[in-house]
Amino acid sequence: MTSFSRILAIMGKEFIQMLRDRLTFGMMVGIPVMQLLLFGYAINTDPRHLPTLVEMGDNGPASRAITQAMETSEYFDLIGLTTSAEETESALQSGDVLFVVTIPPNFERDLLRGDRPQILLDADASDPVAAGAGAGAFPTLVQEALAPMLGEMHPPVETVIHRRFNPAGRTALNIVPGLLGVILTMTMAMMTSMALTREAERGTLETLLATPTRPHEVMIGKITPYVFVGSIQVAILLTGARLLFGVPFLGSPLAFLAAVSLFILVNLSLGFLFSTVARSQMQAMQMTFFIFLPSILLSGFMFPFAGMPAWAQTLGQALPTTHFIHAVRSIMLKGAGLEDVIHDIWPLAVIFAVIATLAMLRYRRTLD
Amino acid sequence: MSESLAIDVQRLTKRFGEKTVVDDFSMQVPKGRIYGFLGPNGSGKTTTIRMMCGLLKPDAGGGTALGHDIIHESRQIKSRVGYMTQKFSLYGDLTVRENLTFMARLHALKNTKSVVDAALEEYALAPRADQLADTLSGGWKQRLALAAASMHDPGLLLLDEPTAGVDPKARRDFWDRIRVLARKGVTVLVSTHYMDEAVQCDNIAFIAYGKKLIDAPSADIPERVGLVTWRIEGKGLQPIYDALHGADGVDQIARFGSALHVSGRDAERLERAIAPWRGQDGLIVEKAKTGLEEAFIWLMTGSEDNFQ
Repeated sequence: MTSFSRILAIMGKEFIQMLRDRLTFGMMVGIPVMQLLLFGYAINTDPRHLPTLVEMGDNGPASRAITQAMETSEYFDLIGLTTSAEETESALQSGDVLFVVTIPPNFERDLLRGDRPQILLDADASDPVAAGAGAGAFPTLVQEALAPMLGEMHPPVETVIHRRFNPAGRTALNIVPGLLGVILTMTMAMMTSMALTREAERGTLETLLATPTRPHEVMIGKITPYVFVGSIQVAILLTGARLLFGVPFLGSPLAFLAAVSLFILVNLSLGFLFSTVARSQMQAMQMTFFIFLPSILLSGFMFPFAGMPAWAQTLGQALPTTHFIHAVRSIMLKGAGLEDVIHDIWPLAVIFAVIATLAMLRYRRTLD
Repeated sequence: MSESLAIDVQRLTKRFGEKTVVDDFSMQVPKGRIYGFLGPNGSGKTTTIRMMCGLLKPDAGGGTALGHDIIHESRQIKSRVGYMTQKFSLYGDLTVRENLTFMARLHALKNTKSVVDAALEEYALAPRADQLADTLSGGWKQRLALAAASMHDPGLLLLDEPTAGVDPKARRDFWDRIRVLARKGVTVLVSTHYMDEAVQCDNIAFIAYGKKLIDAPSADIPERVGLVTWRIEGKGLQPIYDALHGADGVDQIARFGSALHVSGRDAERLERAIAPWRGQDGLIVEKAKTGLEEAFIWLMTGSEDNFQ
């Protein structure tokens, strides 16, 4: 016989336990809200307002009509004008801009003469999704901008599009370096936080604390093995990326090493910090997920970072994964060196300093 | 004076939230003594022991363990104290030898291997050296924990209910080892709620609701408790037990083998309660010296469980 009172009793007990476990309950409410906001507002697979640099060789009304039209289209955000080819190159390499439009000298004159001058659009195609829409819209946009000036003269210009760094527009090239960031975030933070909460859960922490062992000895001793694990993961991913997907490694190994080691340390100290808050391995795991989700969604791993609204980008800047993925893509796909990715390395260093300090402050030297 | 004291703490107080777990607790343990720490569950024994070895910070009070300040010199204390937790807290997924090696290295002992080998030999753990700690029975876990806690030759052993859940034979064996250590000059503070263990201690401190109620040499405890006891021996004790249980003047009645021990605080009222059975055929009714056993039952039942 089914007893409804028993079923009710069990239901009641489940609710009480659920409500007492604040963290789990918070996650259950928090995750849908977070997902809704992120997917609804932050993520945009038809990204607009992408940072664009214009190399102005000519400053006539035609050039201005084109830049005007680009702004109006919303695909491009003109963040600056330059006349130096070097500057445009480094801006693309470091990822400060996704597009560079080059309007050649004497553009206006050639245009009016009917010489069909060329306009060059360099697109950072390492993220094919981000570059795709803008590059697709560009030729039409130019034609339409110039139409009122030129009337029937068709076609007055030639638009040339260079898909840089990933000419074939292969998604794998973009995803694989990103995976490096996501996998390290996931495993490093989770493994350390669980390894430490396990000590508390099983009571072995008390044994450890009852010996003359110092806190930093515990921290270094517990974290170092995972640095090895992380290095193995990196080696596997790099080899696989090369052999299976033909992902190139064009940039500086030194810059890569710096970014990877710093990033592994960030995640390990993050795991350490979690373990000082979580009371069980279960909670430690839940906390990891809380950082893991935004790391996937807001870091530029899955969706173009440049296409997100400003607030989401600010949020993303606070995530170590964002900087790491950005740096690694530049290094692997664009051949960047240390100086090109330094603006991603120092935020990682800052984040590491903050998290490690918090973790050490929170680490319990006693059982209080 | 503190030269001869292994533990010297004054007015220790510890609160967890609203609840005062240890309240104004002072104690002095002379070196080389086996000191029993008695009290019901939740009376604050574990908390007090943890404060003594620097695992918890007292909210008030202070003192020394082995001459080191328990608040500021906990590292020095930790290297000279062997602490055995109530719950087995070595690594279940490491073998016996690996656990001992780990502990020896945390204590930065020299010649780790020979120290561990000696401990394995001394505690008869050698045949099980390669067994995972989780697969040991309760008694063997206890033995491993004691070996781990005493490997670095501590001057003071803090044992928190070391024999809880261990069979009687293993408990006897465990106590033999503790006495061996004590003979070597190690001071032992052992918390328990087993009567047969308490009687093995030189001194006893009784704690309830976080307060120390009694602290005396074991031999003096019955007198401190202030009970008068009568012994009734013979056949057909159950009706007598039933009649005396809860009778006026009878504070406690306990069965020891073929005899009843009837105790009370008021000698006259107790004697009146006993009177009907005196001089009956086949019954020996005589006044007895109140033993440690009666004293403990009295103390333990008087304060029940302290979890509230």
